[in-house]
Amino acid sequence: MNPGDMMEAVAVKPATRVTETRRSYESSLSARGEPFLWGFGGALAFGVLLVVGFLVLVTWNGITTFWPKPIHVVTLISGDLVAGEPTRSEPFKVGPERMASLSEAAKAKIANDGGFAHRVLLRTGNFDLYNDDFRWVEDYKIEKTEKPVGMFFIERQEWGAFVGGIKALSKDGATIAGEELSLDLLHKEHQAARRRFDAIHDIEKGAIGDVNYEMNQERLKIRKAVLKYGDNAPEVRVVEAEVEREASALRGRFDALAAKAQEIKGEDAKVQVVLNDINGTEKTMPLSLIVRFYPANELSGLDKIGIYLSRWGEFLVDDPREANTEGGVLPAIFGTFAMTLLMVLVVAPFGVVTALYLREYAKQGKLVSVVRISVNNLAGVPSIVYGVFGLGFFAYIVGGGIDALFYPERLPNPTFGTGGLLWAALTLALLTVPVVIVATEEALAAVPKSMREGSLACGASKWQTIRNIVLPRAMPGIMTGLILAMARGAGEVAPLMLVGVVKLAPELPIDGFWPFVHLERSFMHLGFHIFDVGFQSRNSEAGKPMVFVTTLLLIALIAVMNATAVVIRNRLKRKFMVGHF
Amino acid sequence: MNHLSKDDFESTVYHVTQSQDGAVIEIEDFNLWYGPSQALYNVGMNIEKGLVTALIGPSGCGKSTLLRSLNRMNDLIENLSITGGMRLEGLPIYGPKVDVIGLRKRMGMVFQKPNPFPKSIFENVIYPLRVDGVRDREVLAEACERALKGSALWEEVKDRLDDNALGLSGGQQQRLCIARAIVSDPEVLLMDEPCSALDPIATSKIEELIDELKGHYTIVIVTHNMQQAARVSQNTAFMYLGRLIEYGDTEEIFTSPKLSRTQDYVTGRFG
Repeated sequence: MNPGDMMEAVAVKPATRVTETRRSYESSLSARGEPFLWGFGGALAFGVLLVVGFLVLVTWNGITTFWPKPIHVVTLISGDLVAGEPTRSEPFKVGPERMASLSEAAKAKIANDGGFAHRVLLRTGNFDLYNDDFRWVEDYKIEKTEKPVGMFFIERQEWGAFVGGIKALSKDGATIAGEELSLDLLHKEHQAARRRFDAIHDIEKGAIGDVNYEMNQERLKIRKAVLKYGDNAPEVRVVEAEVEREASALRGRFDALAAKAQEIKGEDAKVQVVLNDINGTEKTMPLSLIVRFYPANELSGLDKIGIYLSRWGEFLVDDPREANTEGGVLPAIFGTFAMTLLMVLVVAPFGVVTALYLREYAKQGKLVSVVRISVNNLAGVPSIVYGVFGLGFFAYIVGGGIDALFYPERLPNPTFGTGGLLWAALTLALLTVPVVIVATEEALAAVPKSMREGSLACGASKWQTIRNIVLPRAMPGIMTGLILAMARGAGEVAPLMLVGVVKLAPELPIDGFWPFVHLERSFMHLGFHIFDVGFQSRNSEAGKPMVFVTTLLLIALIAVMNATAVVIRNRLKRKFMVGHF
Repeated sequence: MNHLSKDDFESTVYHVTQSQDGAVIEIEDFNLWYGPSQALYNVGMNIEKGLVTALIGPSGCGKSTLLRSLNRMNDLIENLSITGGMRLEGLPIYGPKVDVIGLRKRMGMVFQKPNPFPKSIFENVIYPLRVDGVRDREVLAEACERALKGSALWEEVKDRLDDNALGLSGGQQQRLCIARAIVSDPEVLLMDEPCSALDPIATSKIEELIDELKGHYTIVIVTHNMQQAARVSQNTAFMYLGRLIEYGDTEEIFTSPKLSRTQDYVTGRFG
């Protein structure tokens, strides 16, 4: 009697008792396995619920962040005025000390509500005037709340948002105010001002940055010559003279550019805007430093959609500003994408080749088992340890070696001897290589033996068999491993903080200077951006919407990369896996 | 009677004296072990050129092992050991300096289950030439057509040579595998139960094909199907428990075997 029979016998009761009692033809509940099914289904449902809940939370918060909200002007009982965007509201328990200071009517109302009152968080902006961006307003302090016309929400290049009115525009000494100051005129002037701002930005960051870069390269030439020929050698003099010629030309270009920038700046300074907040405090600033403004309480649906889209546009294609809590994340998108791609390029051949050797060539013995166990255990090492290793080995040892060999003229400033895109990609490749190895090994093992035999019987060598038959057939499985590795690598942050991710990267890793791709440069990453904006910035409340939007974007980016890989995999699968096998 | 101890066996009964004249493959006192367990005992036989030789016997008797030893497919198995020898036209198959790949090129092989590669029909057929490094498109196309005609598949697939071979039916796939096995013009064709996964119609087509191929190639076929062995082969070897029991002309083996054991098996009394 085998164990299976035993189970059945228990389920239908022992045979000897069948004669005594009426035999039951209904199997018991546990025999049918229904409770297990409920358990499995419940576990799945719970998991799905968590994931869907998380996605809905991120998506909802992410897509609503940029929607323009009205501005509420709250008149407090004390007579003060507070203006701002209502951000969120919550009930809270009123403490005894605060209770004591309240009026009798308010006390009665709170007591009636079980000791709870309601408060709303207003985004008041005007950080430069009041040193805060947000203010909680309790409902028992409010006399009335209005949404008056003429209240503008103004996003500025610096100091965050301004909430208040636009009082006047001074242009070339003349002041335009009152009726003359129409919205159309403001928009027109603003567009011109932004063009000037962009022009200045282009010259200072772009053209002058390029000149500075070239200037630096020239300086390095002298240093290189000194290292090569020694101090005061005649060759050095030759190089110095050459560099001097180049440098004077560059200085000429620099001066011309600087003069041009100065000219535009002078023109720009003539257009100033006077803002006033709800309490009448005035603030004068150049119109060009306003990124976007809109009369929050007078918007039509179309206006709102326009503002919403323009904010998304800025987010996707602009550089960050205001300590990353405003503006765009283009450098972070680019950095994440480039790093992940580079990681896949490294991890794919490395992992596949390792797995090929382990599975196809190595003699399956104790040693191979130990290697395999070690590889699997690598996947369990905390990722920060990889970061430490990447910094110590890749950046300091390998990078330091490269610097000493190829870039001695730049020392003591490190070139490769510090965190950078390449080292980050290599570190993550190391982190994800176990996934690829395990997946590839399984894919190779799943190639039917008949296929290998068929190929060998045709007179193919082992390598020809692997290349022509085994690898193509295992490719979908290998792709699955790469997809998993990619998803893991793109979402990893901790090790990156050690090996090259920075809060704000001055340059993208790709630009117009030879060799065009600068793998040694530090870069920005969406994952780190989330951490930085949410937990490291001046005002985490201001960064909170940005956290959601960036998370949404990161998830979307990974989803897109994965979807691409899945499409490729399915195409391969159709090619290699049809038929009856 | 069915349960014989290994000591019951006497030496192989041959119907004709084994001469080396006209033999493509000579097997001499061949023993094979999978690890500690012996699978073949003192097998000795000569396979005649241009004829179809069938290996029959109950499951596990070692006929597939013997067949796979001929082109050294058993090399893939770890812990394999052999004694004795085999020669292909005088060349020792298990000689110390034998080029196994070159050897396999001289012996096409067809397996139990059709195993076309996940490639186009054309690429499947010319695969042996590809791995040989033939690049000339015309030579390949010509070889492909010849092989497909040889395996009686040409008429069915000539218009869709670029289709994936996995889209063919089982019988077509097996004939494709035969085309692949004969495309580089081997001397010997080894067939390991080529019809066991096919329906009767496909089986009869393959059998007709084997009949046509004999003469051009020396064919060694392993089969479970006694009628098939009787229909397609000229010589038959009956194996049992790793030993070659009786070897001779097919008609004699089936009609007047010298051993009762063979008689019992071919008449279906055991096995």
